Amino acid sequence: MQQDFLTILMFMLFGAAFVVLNMVAIGRLLRSKTKYTAQKSATYECGEPTFGGAFIRFDIRFYVICLVFVIFDVEVLFLFPWAVVLKPLGWLAFIEAFVFVAVLAVGLAYVWRKGDVDWIPLHGHQAPGARLSEMDAVAAPSSAVTAPSSNPAPVTAAADG
Amino acid sequence: MNPLLAQLTAAETDGWWAGFQAFFVAPENAWAVSLLLVLIVGKTIPGMVSLLVWVERRGAALLQDRLGPNRVGPFGILQSIADLVKFIFKEDVLPGHVNKPIFLLAPALAVIPPLVVLSFIPWGANVAIADVDTGILACFAFSSLHVYSVSLGGWASNSKYPLLGGVRAAAQMISYEIALGLSALSVFVIAGTLRLHDVVMFQTDGLTIAGTTYDALWARILDWNLFKQPLGAIIFLIAGFAETNRHPFDMPEAESELAAGYHTEFSSMKFALFFLGEYAAMIVMSSLFIVMYLGGWTFFGVENLLTDWVAEYGAANPGWINWPLIVEAHLHVGIFLGKLAFLLWFFIWVRWSLPRFRYDQLMSIGWKRLLPASLLWFALTAVGVALVR
Repeated sequence: MQQDFLTILMFMLFGAAFVVLNMVAIGRLLRSKTKYTAQKSATYECGEPTFGGAFIRFDIRFYVICLVFVIFDVEVLFLFPWAVVLKPLGWLAFIEAFVFVAVLAVGLAYVWRKGDVDWIPLHGHQAPGARLSEMDAVAAPSSAVTAPSSNPAPVTAAADG
Repeated sequence: MNPLLAQLTAAETDGWWAGFQAFFVAPENAWAVSLLLVLIVGKTIPGMVSLLVWVERRGAALLQDRLGPNRVGPFGILQSIADLVKFIFKEDVLPGHVNKPIFLLAPALAVIPPLVVLSFIPWGANVAIADVDTGILACFAFSSLHVYSVSLGGWASNSKYPLLGGVRAAAQMISYEIALGLSALSVFVIAGTLRLHDVVMFQTDGLTIAGTTYDALWARILDWNLFKQPLGAIIFLIAGFAETNRHPFDMPEAESELAAGYHTEFSSMKFALFFLGEYAAMIVMSSLFIVMYLGGWTFFGVENLLTDWVAEYGAANPGWINWPLIVEAHLHVGIFLGKLAFLLWFFIWVRWSLPRFRYDQLMSIGWKRLLPASLLWFALTAVGVALVR
């Protein structure tokens, strides 16, 4: 067992050496020196002059999902040792885990109902918002006749909420 | 110690070989054994990746009715080597606007975790590099580090396309990781172990129905976890596609929307390392699928053909290296690689057959379809195991 973990450590060191060798050493010896110009060190944006940087405040949308992920991932982690002892312990172990998973499943149902797994949440900071499926339903018929207005007709959240 | 390794180092002989043995058997030289293993396996991975890239490009051409790379070497098989040479000689631009430490760390994080996970995979009965009791936990721990390379690489680039690619990758990979973990968990519930070697053995010990163990060919086939865990296997495969950012889940680097996604600003070898990491992650995911659902190195009894020979040779030549054991190891690895080739071809096949999902569709598949399905399947499996035991 100790030998195995030693091997894993060796493998990590091998990976690190592989990266350093390839990224830094070999290329630096072989290739010609880079001559930087203003264009070369500029941001790549398909030829357009860059407008501002990217270290900005950015709506990552799935913030709540990250929280839910942490909870569920820890759940899965706890269940791995449990999976080994389910056969010897039987129903006792089953009921313990069932309660544990059920509580988290209720949490998932709550997040789902609240709309946090949707691209445009029903409630919260995106109001007035409509779910994309509803937006499609609104936008599809109008696009056939005339160009749709810049704002799709807002579907009130109260109808679903 | 690994039996194969013990066989190579413990047999008593005279001459030059004995000197090697004395060196490797000594406990204080355990690092040398590890280093030997790591060098052998570590060198094969880039080779496998370059072959896979060639297969992908030729396969894409085949499916799209064109030729693909066919100039360098026979059938263009050396194309990847030529590409590698080009990558090495390419100008290595470090743009002025990036966050340098993280920008340089990201390609390293893309390569190292998949390489380490490959050390846990049992390629044959005695051919696991690191045979750890908590094998699958370690696998998931290392493979989930892969998300850092993509999201940090995207953020550190300080450019809009990479930022979007990195954010997409982070949300996508954590969304599918839970479904992946839960579907894998069902396998370990029925196998009752976390050691990958034992999970493979669990799929070859004959099918037990109502107390009777069947050993016929049909029972051997149905003993694969693919047939005991059909829904779990499908969920694992879908989530595996999403985890490795492959089509139809390759939103982080959707060319038509985001230029090259999270690695737009990376050039030369830095880009090559991302490339290598992505394909190595594909090999890792396929290997895990084979170990957990497709019976690992076994193939309905073919893997046991040499067992008698190994035993006879061992009995007839005590104190001498058991060479048939090494031949058997090659047979096991060969079977494993055959399955791996099929599964990797499946990855490529899907890539050129299905269109990409829209991003909100991708998230709703993950959270509203796969996660409840895997929870349900996990609960069903647990009830079944508690009932039957």
